Amino acid sequence: MSKSNGVAKSISVKDLNVYYGEFLAVHDVSIDIAPRSVTAFIGPSGCGKSTLLRTLNRMHEVLPGAHVTGEVLVDGDDLYGAGVDPVTVRRQIGMVFQRPNPFPTMSIKENVLAGVRLNNRRISRSAADELVERSLRGANLWNEVKDRLDKPGQGLSGGQQQRLCIARAIAVEPQVLLMDEPCSALDPISTLAVEDLINELKDSYTVVIVTHNMQQAARVSDMTAFFNIAGSGKPGKLIEYAQTTTIFNNPAQKSTEDYVSGRFG
Amino acid sequence: MTAATEAFRHPAVRNRLTTRQLPKRAGLYTLIGAFILAAAVQGLTGFNWFALLALTCVFYLPAIYLLSRVKENRRKALDRLIRSLVTVAFLLALAPLISTLWTVVSKGLGILNWEFISTSGGAARINPDTLELVSSSGALQAIVGTLQITGLATLFSVPIGLLTAIYLVEYAQPAFWLRRTVNFLVDVMTGIPSIVAGLFAFSLFTLLLGPKAFSGLSAAVALSVLMIPTVVRSCEEMLRLVPADLREASYALGVTKYVTIVRIVIPTAIAGIATGVTLAIARVIGETAPIFMAASFTDSFNANPLSGPMQTLPVMAYTGYKFPGQNIDLSNSQAWGAALLLVLLVIVLNLVARIIAMIFAPKTSR
Ligand SMILES: Nc1ncnc2c1ncn2[C@@H]1O[C@H](COP(=O)(O)OP(=O)(O)OP(=O)(O)O)[C@@H](O)[C@H]1O
Ligand SMILES: [Mg+2]
Repeated sequence: MSKSNGVAKSISVKDLNVYYGEFLAVHDVSIDIAPRSVTAFIGPSGCGKSTLLRTLNRMHEVLPGAHVTGEVLVDGDDLYGAGVDPVTVRRQIGMVFQRPNPFPTMSIKENVLAGVRLNNRRISRSAADELVERSLRGANLWNEVKDRLDKPGQGLSGGQQQRLCIARAIAVEPQVLLMDEPCSALDPISTLAVEDLINELKDSYTVVIVTHNMQQAARVSDMTAFFNIAGSGKPGKLIEYAQTTTIFNNPAQKSTEDYVSGRFG
Repeated sequence: MTAATEAFRHPAVRNRLTTRQLPKRAGLYTLIGAFILAAAVQGLTGFNWFALLALTCVFYLPAIYLLSRVKENRRKALDRLIRSLVTVAFLLALAPLISTLWTVVSKGLGILNWEFISTSGGAARINPDTLELVSSSGALQAIVGTLQITGLATLFSVPIGLLTAIYLVEYAQPAFWLRRTVNFLVDVMTGIPSIVAGLFAFSLFTLLLGPKAFSGLSAAVALSVLMIPTVVRSCEEMLRLVPADLREASYALGVTKYVTIVRIVIPTAIAGIATGVTLAIARVIGETAPIFMAASFTDSFNANPLSGPMQTLPVMAYTGYKFPGQNIDLSNSQAWGAALLLVLLVIVLNLVARIIAMIFAPKTSR
């Protein structure tokens, strides 16, 4: 697997409130994420996992009216400080979305190279071919598509499309990779492949993954954060953040235990 | 073997799922019957195509309803009735189109030949055999004028329209005053009568260049006024259809907004944009009044859009009828020829739009 072009970075969230217009979606979250670790966000639907994740690479503000208060420090630099360019931030903090979204006008190969090409980085043909193969292998897609790299990316199945999106995200070699339920559309074999990938990525990247799959969280993550919501219309809150083994075996909060043992949510 | 599989094997027992049904061709036979009946009535009253078809409908609709009501059931009867009514409505809507096409083709085909397309009108010459003065009657000046004026109008409208649409969709915040203003102005522009657009261009160029400032350029400006709002709206629609997911995917790769729009959003929407632009062209290519005002009309060849009157096909059709030359029949047939050429041009444009859409459409085949 490729080594990231920079060192993996730590993330430190302090008193973060996340809004959609007037609506407070996530309330007062503080969390420290170590470099070269995998952190899982778990919690019931609508508790703000995706929302919080999107604030970590400033994707949140793409929606009109969406804003945050509080601090996010990446290796000590404030992500929301004055003069910070979101584009630069996103080049270092990559993201895989809940729904697969390959570019419809591009072939499989062009999709993988999109991050490089669209940022006008020069790359030789052989280096491009190598990058495509490396990224697709990393996403466990290479064997399925190696004979049709010039075919449209949208001609793939949903699960293949998602792995293509993962390949696209790791092709730009970010320092942090945010993954929003990357496996919700995948079969168990591909899921396992993605989990292997995450384990490899951990050597060089910081990975944050949102998942509804408890086993997956237990398998891949070092730390787990459990979020919960008091009711619809209420903001989501961080309930408990600890070592994954602690969260699953010996949680401090009753609601965490109920959730991970499947008694509610 | 259970009873169920038994029944499965021997469908001799009546299938309890069937209902009573009219024979397969019953509808067709009823229609033929209604037609014959209508023709018979016509035999008594005198023949008229329209009355024949109308009478056929009048006989057919109740007949098929009653037949189905008796032989089938209420739901099917109603279904047959409504289906017939919808077909009649469709044919009614089609009738003016077919009638127009038929008139234009039948009257225009006579004059449509290579000479009509390749020579311009007005140029008189002497026939060497008879030594008579014959004036050529071609439409070349109108074809060239139409292509130049609509071409120029497209050249003005597409950049302005596309950029406005990009501003509205990609940049303007929903409640921002400039966005609301632009939206309002585009709506107002959509409602501008074409004659007003012509007046606007005419007076603008008269103010700038003095009296009698007829030119193809002026007509192109008038057409742009009509075309820009159509282009804005169709491009806006197409850009909005591009899923937000794609923009986010691009942003998440650290791609700037400008590059995202140019390399992701527009290529994804290009098929729709091209179709919209072509349809906008097809709409203004038939405009008569504004061109008549801004470019006047002429029989002589003028390929310079910057000065002098210019002819277009719709204006030629109009003037050929309204201000015929000495040979009135010739002028009239020229008018029909111009109309036919215009229809052909529009059809070609529509085909081009389809081909463009097909070429650019995102490919999903494996
Ligand atoms: N674009 C938006 N505009 C307004 N409110 C939103 C928007 N997206 C999400 N929300 C709200 O923010 C809250 C958190 O949503 P979010 O998508 O982060 O939940 P989630 O934890 O990711 O849920 P899931 O597990 O179902 O993906 C919800 O109440 C949701 O209704
Ligand atoms: Mg989510």
